Amino acid sequence: MKSLVAFKTALFALCLVPLARLVFFAFTGRLGANPIEFVLHSLGTWTLTLLLVTLSITPLRRLTGWNCLIRVRRMLGLFAFFYACLHFLTYAGVDQSFDISAIIADIVKRPYITIGFTCFVLLIPLAATSTHAMQRRLGSRRWQLLHRLIYLIAAGGVVHYLWLVKKDITQPLLYGLVLVVLLAMRLVWRRRVTAGAALSRPLG
Amino acid sequence: MLIRRPPDISASEITDQNLYRDRRRFLAAGLAAGVAFTGASLAAPAPAGPFANLRKSPLSTSESPNPLRDITTYNNFYEFGTDKADPAQNAHTLVTQPWTVRIDGEVKRAQSVDVETLMRWSPPEERIYRLRCVEAWSMVIPWVGLPLAAIIKRAEPTSRAKYVEFTTLNDPQQMPGERSSILEWPYLEGLRMDEAMHSLAILAVGLYGDILPNQNGAPIRLVVPWKYGFKSIKSIVRIRLVEQQPVNTWNRAAPNEYGFYANVNPAVDHPRWSQAKERRLGEFSKRPTLPFNGYAEQVASLYSGMDLRKFY
Repeated sequence: MKSLVAFKTALFALCLVPLARLVFFAFTGRLGANPIEFVLHSLGTWTLTLLLVTLSITPLRRLTGWNCLIRVRRMLGLFAFFYACLHFLTYAGVDQSFDISAIIADIVKRPYITIGFTCFVLLIPLAATSTHAMQRRLGSRRWQLLHRLIYLIAAGGVVHYLWLVKKDITQPLLYGLVLVVLLAMRLVWRRRVTAGAALSRPLG
Repeated sequence: MLIRRPPDISASEITDQNLYRDRRRFLAAGLAAGVAFTGASLAAPAPAGPFANLRKSPLSTSESPNPLRDITTYNNFYEFGTDKADPAQNAHTLVTQPWTVRIDGEVKRAQSVDVETLMRWSPPEERIYRLRCVEAWSMVIPWVGLPLAAIIKRAEPTSRAKYVEFTTLNDPQQMPGERSSILEWPYLEGLRMDEAMHSLAILAVGLYGDILPNQNGAPIRLVVPWKYGFKSIKSIVRIRLVEQQPVNTWNRAAPNEYGFYANVNPAVDHPRWSQAKERRLGEFSKRPTLPFNGYAEQVASLYSGMDLRKFY
């Protein structure tokens, strides 16, 4: 128990490193010639990274048998939401100077912003229902159904990245590849479970 | 045959109002430069930089230039990597001396020349220009540039020369980015003859009065300030005058996103993002993008009667 608290604290601190790095860069003039773009892109890629880390908890648990990993999944998911909020606020506030009509025009007209914004909005109910109390109120079936949205959101995040780059799609494809692997593992396991269930049925 | 008669006074010949109001200072500056120039050629003191006592140009903007650090660390030069910081890291492998530029095609005097010869044909001037990237950011850059028209005239274009094609060096040893197939190499660009002959079009050989850094397209690159940055091809090894509209790299890579003309136009969006505004590096809020990047007075007449939505 004590070691879990230590692990959670360390992980919490680790999740703040990307933000601390940006703050440090800002104060030491290392954000480059286009600091707004640098911060925006950095927050975006960290959102996507944390989404993928969150999605890797279940496969990791199955591979390693470390069931305690489930205890940090919510925190990781909430950090993904935290970076998504910062990413959106940087876009809306710093990049667009809270020009609401320009932001709405962007969301309606630019497919990559449409999908990015949709994913951000879909993250909100997941964050809001992340507490134990909400879990109990929804019931585990409904809660699980709702939280399957994360697959859609992560895929949307990859597409958001893919559609915004000018030409070199290496980076978004890497994120996409990781996502495909994480989802494929789930499918394989699920099929095995179904196949196993079929086999264990009395044969006649 | 259709003969196009130019108007009596073309827009480019009308003196800019600000410049006219400022004519005394401008004349004094010209005089001072002239005195300094003769002084320098007579007396011994070595010039501070390689391009000391540069001739100023009335075509320069009075906006304050971006710091050298911005201009040399934030580059789109895929021959050295696709990240903006890559060229500054990787371009040291480019060998810029010796360097020759092949001028051929529809010309009477096809030849290979070095940069020094080009500088004799068309003496360097300081040209402080706005640069607007198709990615919606911009800078102000103090180039040292050779007016392109004088160089093309030297080669004596034939009557069949309708376009100018430019080619970047193709050497994956020196340009590691060319080992990837992200674009088709070598990088190609083109201008219509009247665009190439326009007084704003220059071949840049320097920056901030110094020799052009490798990551900015050394030793010689095109600068056409009324067009998106990708038109201003870097590290040029060949200038070919041709009859047909040449291929340009970004148009070939994504024809629905990047055209041949690529004139800066806030009214025609990139299919994926708006071109209405831009972020001037170093500024917080975006500023509105101007038609032809603010050079409409000088160049709009080149495109009269053309549908700029079609010829983007």
